[in-house]
Amino acid sequence: MAESTRSLTDLFGILGSRRETDAAASSDSSVTNVAEASYPTKALQKFIASLQTIEGPLLLDLGPVVGSNVTFFGEQLGCRLRVEDVAKDIDRHVKDGTLEQLPEFFSKRFTQAPGTVDGILCWDVLDYLDRPAAQALATALSRLLRPEGCLLGFFSTAEQREALYTKYVVVDENALRYRTYPASRPRQRSLLNGDIIKLFKDLRVTDSFLMKSKVREMLFRKPAPRT
Amino acid sequence: MNIGKSVVIKGELSGSEDLTIEGHVEGRIDLKGNVLTIGPNGKIKAEVFAKSVVVLGEVTGNVTASEKVDIRDNGSVDGDIASPRVAIAEGAHFRGSVDMQRAGQKPQQQQQQQQQKPANAPQQGQPQQQNQQNQQQGQRVGA
Repeated sequence: MAESTRSLTDLFGILGSRRETDAAASSDSSVTNVAEASYPTKALQKFIASLQTIEGPLLLDLGPVVGSNVTFFGEQLGCRLRVEDVAKDIDRHVKDGTLEQLPEFFSKRFTQAPGTVDGILCWDVLDYLDRPAAQALATALSRLLRPEGCLLGFFSTAEQREALYTKYVVVDENALRYRTYPASRPRQRSLLNGDIIKLFKDLRVTDSFLMKSKVREMLFRKPAPRT
Repeated sequence: MNIGKSVVIKGELSGSEDLTIEGHVEGRIDLKGNVLTIGPNGKIKAEVFAKSVVVLGEVTGNVTASEKVDIRDNGSVDGDIASPRVAIAEGAHFRGSVDMQRAGQKPQQQQQQQQQKPANAPQQGQPQQQNQQNQQQGQRVGA
């Protein structure tokens, strides 16, 4: 039964899972449609719920700066937001030919004190990294999270050969708009569930959703220290 | 008041009228009751305090505004922003933190959710309802 549900889910994903499309969309503008489409999200609302128990939570956003996201998290939810565009780091290392230095770079990248960040919007940046760099970034992020802090990660289950990043623009807590823009390298090999769990071995997976958009949304929480 | 693009100021800049900067300023800018506009040619390396700040050029340093910070297309801020309202346009560059200073105030959306939350709204610890939703919008997989 689960398999049949999954197959149907995948089929719907192939047929198109857009929640809404551009009013001006036409059959010959599919590229624009994909770039601007809005998709449901299941993990975001849980991520937000975890932040709402804290007053003025400190949120780390690893994606590019998106004005409406700043407004959503800062003005509507009262978060203190820190934007750290990791895609730019990747682009710079690709351009300089220093990708092998990324693991060391990520281990020193963040200036926040360990255990001080309430939530991390990791989005899909790990998809663009080789295993050592992904591990270094995951370890650094795990260290930053406070106990019971939450991390939201997206992992693509579909192959993508085009070198494109995705900006995740929050429409509301149940929907995201995917907006693509040029990247210096395509996504690397798709990470399996087990690989992802190993990357974040210090965190606990609390939710995992395979969406019709072929994105696996995962929510991690840092366990409280045992007393 | 306008500071032209050939003007370079090092030190503290303060005043009580709206100001547009097209030149270079290093140090501190204090216009707590007024609007500061960093023009497209403006380059600021300073701590900035104003009622409202509009950025079309480059700012390196922390920006504090009592009303609003507005980073326009091609505007750039490398520093921390503290302001109750922040607008960042598509194409703007920003690296730093944003503090909208609402600590102690219950977020509007949260209040609305609590008012609107139906009795059968999915809650953590109610996996059956959650699974029904997952089948509609995406499949929840074992973690």
